[in-house]
Amino acid sequence: MRARVFVTLKPSVFDPQGTTVADALHTLGYANVTDVRQGKYFELDIDAASPAEAERVAAEAAAKLLANPVIESYRIEVDAAAHAEMAR
Amino acid sequence: MKFAVVVFPGSNCDHDAQYATEHVLGQQAELIWHKDTSLRGADAVILPGGFAHGDYLRTGAIARFSPIMQEVKRFAEAGGPVLGICNGFQVLLEAGLLPGAMLRNVNLHFHCEHVHVRVEQTDTPFTCACSTVRPLKIPVAHGEGNYYAEPDVLARLEKNRQVIFRYVDAAGQATPAANPNGSLNNIAGICNDGRNVVGLMPHPERACELAVGSADGLVLFESAVKAVSEGAFAVSR
Amino acid sequence: MTITSDLVAQHGVTADEYQRIVEALGREPTLTELGIFSVMWSEHCSYKSSRVHLKTLPTTGTRVLQGPGENAGAVDIGDGLAAVFKIESHNHPSFIEPYQGAATGVGGIIRDIFTMNARPIALLNSLRFGSLDEPLVRRTMAGVVAGIAGYGNSIGIPTVGGEIGFDDSYTGNPLVNVFCLGTSKASEIVKAVASGAGNPVYYVGAKTGRDGIHGATMASAEFDDKSAEKRPAVQVGDPFMEKLLLEACLEVMRTDALVGIQDMGAAGLTSSSCEMASRGGAGVEIDVSFVPQRESGMTPYEIMLSESQERMLLVAKRGREAEVERIFEKWDLHAVRIGEVTTDGRLRVRHRGEVVADIPSKALTDEAPRYRRPTREPAYLKDAQQLDLASLGEPPAARDVFRRLLAAPEIASKRWVYRQYDHMVRTNTLVLPGMGAGVVRIKDTSRALALSVDCNGRFVYLDPFLGAQHAVAEAARNVACAGGQPIGATNCLNFGNPEKPDVMWQFVRAVEGMGAACRALDVPITGGNVSLYNETDGRPVLPTPVVGVVGLIEDAHNVGRRTFQAAGDIVVLLGESRAELGGSEYLKIVHGLVRGVPPALDLTREASLQRLLVDGISAGIIRSAHDCAEGGFAVTLGECCFDTGLGAAVDVAAVAVPAAPFGDVATLFGESASRVVVSAAPAAVSELLARAASVGVPAARIGTVGGNRIRISIDGRVALDEPVADAEAIWSGALERYFERTRAIA
Repeated sequence: MRARVFVTLKPSVFDPQGTTVADALHTLGYANVTDVRQGKYFELDIDAASPAEAERVAAEAAAKLLANPVIESYRIEVDAAAHAEMAR
Repeated sequence: MKFAVVVFPGSNCDHDAQYATEHVLGQQAELIWHKDTSLRGADAVILPGGFAHGDYLRTGAIARFSPIMQEVKRFAEAGGPVLGICNGFQVLLEAGLLPGAMLRNVNLHFHCEHVHVRVEQTDTPFTCACSTVRPLKIPVAHGEGNYYAEPDVLARLEKNRQVIFRYVDAAGQATPAANPNGSLNNIAGICNDGRNVVGLMPHPERACELAVGSADGLVLFESAVKAVSEGAFAVSR
Repeated sequence: MTITSDLVAQHGVTADEYQRIVEALGREPTLTELGIFSVMWSEHCSYKSSRVHLKTLPTTGTRVLQGPGENAGAVDIGDGLAAVFKIESHNHPSFIEPYQGAATGVGGIIRDIFTMNARPIALLNSLRFGSLDEPLVRRTMAGVVAGIAGYGNSIGIPTVGGEIGFDDSYTGNPLVNVFCLGTSKASEIVKAVASGAGNPVYYVGAKTGRDGIHGATMASAEFDDKSAEKRPAVQVGDPFMEKLLLEACLEVMRTDALVGIQDMGAAGLTSSSCEMASRGGAGVEIDVSFVPQRESGMTPYEIMLSESQERMLLVAKRGREAEVERIFEKWDLHAVRIGEVTTDGRLRVRHRGEVVADIPSKALTDEAPRYRRPTREPAYLKDAQQLDLASLGEPPAARDVFRRLLAAPEIASKRWVYRQYDHMVRTNTLVLPGMGAGVVRIKDTSRALALSVDCNGRFVYLDPFLGAQHAVAEAARNVACAGGQPIGATNCLNFGNPEKPDVMWQFVRAVEGMGAACRALDVPITGGNVSLYNETDGRPVLPTPVVGVVGLIEDAHNVGRRTFQAAGDIVVLLGESRAELGGSEYLKIVHGLVRGVPPALDLTREASLQRLLVDGISAGIIRSAHDCAEGGFAVTLGECCFDTGLGAAVDVAAVAVPAAPFGDVATLFGESASRVVVSAAPAAVSELLARAASVGVPAARIGTVGGNRIRISIDGRVALDEPVADAEAIWSGALERYFERTRAIA
């Protein structure tokens, strides 16, 4: 099954990339986009017996490697139906 | 004395660090592959600059899990001198050997230029031969040198004199214009609580000969020689 | 699958060429074979429109160790060492996807160097863009610069110099030419050759995907409105993978377990396998089902044509496989055996054991079509060469012209660009980027190499023969100003559609001019690249034959500096000023014109000038040397003052101009060739003047370094008098202002 991990900068951390993207959107006419935060998105294909186990594996991966706890936080979604598309 | 220069896949400045310590300073410097599990009796460890693992995921995020890092941790915990330069500093941050984290440069560009840094503290193995008066002219070359720490961590660093290098202008003033990457408090380098692990973003190994633009960086390595010869940071083996 | 004439046309193969394919095979081709022929016979791979003309270039010399025909050229630099270098283009992909197009261009040229067993030590680039007033152009340039930086910095090779030019003709066709230099022991250069029946053929590097399929044919086609659909053909680079490959390949080549090695560049596995086979006079048989793939369901056609980056093809000695595999494993790379060398001179491709392609390799390489395309002097030329200064009205004040030229993107400081490049890694850079040649030392020797890439496209447009000579002369002169004796050159010929007789005329004349200049200056061409079809909607780029020259500095302690070194030094102008404004930056910026004829060029005198510079710098007589180029004498003098805190006061002789009041403008901003502003300590001046006289180079003592103003008098009358600080502020801030305005996202 597939776990989706969303990693974002903590609110207190200045995000120059997000700011630049917001400015660019304003230049394109989207004045009602008031803020942009840029983060990372990971898709983990996990051989797990249950969605709970997949979530646990993903959370460990996030805490240990995918996110830097000093500056980033994460959240996880598990999609039990999705499967790998790529050849191994 | 003997320096160990750790080589991660993607390290680029390993040869430069070896050249500076061997060819210019006349010491021994051995390149240690990241999969090794021994530092081979080194007196000091250098984690060099570069793009370990392509800087993929986050700078230094994958390198911190290399087998050699267990040894580097042990060495550091026993009080041995460890210098992290640029990418090496990033690895030390990710490995938890130094507090804080690196963000992308505030202007979002990679930045390669000579800058000036003031040496703030001389009681580390890499600054004990330095002067705190005259700023050092040393190059930076990085895209992610914007040092960040949470407010309480930052306050503690300053209070404990753990800020070792600060970006200044040629006159020694820590102005915004002198800061190449937006790092908090113009911080260019810090040390750990034990004062034996030092990380800095500028590249002292690129400033060891006038021919390449400055020799101000040599004194960091000379400090290590001095510190080791005086037994101040010896590691019992 | 039936080969229809539509399918043939889609592959960019003409009916005649298809006939030749059928003859070469003795039957109709399979689809895979059609694909293979289409890429190998594309302009980009076969050089079919250019080969007969390139053969006229001088490619030999006492120092030449490797001329054209291999992955890069090589020249002897003493101490048993060789300089291995080449320049290559990645133009079309950089328009489609600027960051990745430029990044993969860097990756490609680096591979061409280390595949010869040379460690790459320096990069330069020659870029061309449209007008920076266009948002699309700014986005393209920002992307290209970021891509070059992203790749070069990551792999740890310093970008030490280059040039950037601007003209509307490049708007839809940016030029991205990347030069790479490496060093090797001369006796250890490895060739890309397959030989020895039964020797295993290995694939190593990134997995193969569908990127870049038909990239070679795309590079051989013009752009039109449908170009945006061509996006899937752009490759994504992985500099980390390339760093691993670089280190692993150099390590493998330190053993003698390899017979040959080549990188998979344009036309990927196809070109590397048949080129290695052709050079060795052997054959290669591979089974593509062994090729590591990162996408599922890839057909043999796709595997053979894929241009996935960071892949190498090696031929190892039979019996040495374990050694080779072990070295790659150390670097976490998987070297996979995919075939072997045969003796039948054919490229045979199998898929799960079944033959899908079987082609005589020479048909794909040596026997590819060769065209002598028709040429015709372009209709624009005679008219464009007319320049009637009198019709331009009163020229603006010299002060205004000076300020406008300093702010022109062509002339302004490129610091915004090169600050994004790591130009110091490897601690060999002796001269920081900013002006003139890049200089890197060769550790463990007393020597250094000076490198420059140059071309003035306007000059070539106005007179291709003379303009190309200027490119050679300027690159060699830049190198000589650093104290380097030019010893070898590479070229990247960027032109429009060769099927148009006037473009082909430009090409042929340019190659002729280049050859003549290389002979006169004794700088052989050791290899290079041709990029044709740089046109959008029928409008070609300015013909831009970029020349890269390598110069040898015998003593790294004596490197020529560009800027003034000390107050009190004497300023000497070498060369003859003739008030030539044809094709000048002045004409373009102030009058919006590209007209006239390029300045005259006396190659004998140019050669003497370069000799004088090299000898004078090595003897310590010349303290600084900066050649006059775009913007002419006044701009050059200004640049000599920048970043020094020093000014200069000089007096130059008036140069007569038919249409006064252009006299001052022509004296200050004319772009006469073979001129260099040098400075010398007072005690050395008479020696310098004597040396110049003895080799027939005009030389005049014109003033002194000092103060904080740039003051140029003409026969006693002050014609320009500006504070250095003001001029420098304009020059250093101009480019940055274009990018601050838009916050272009890379």
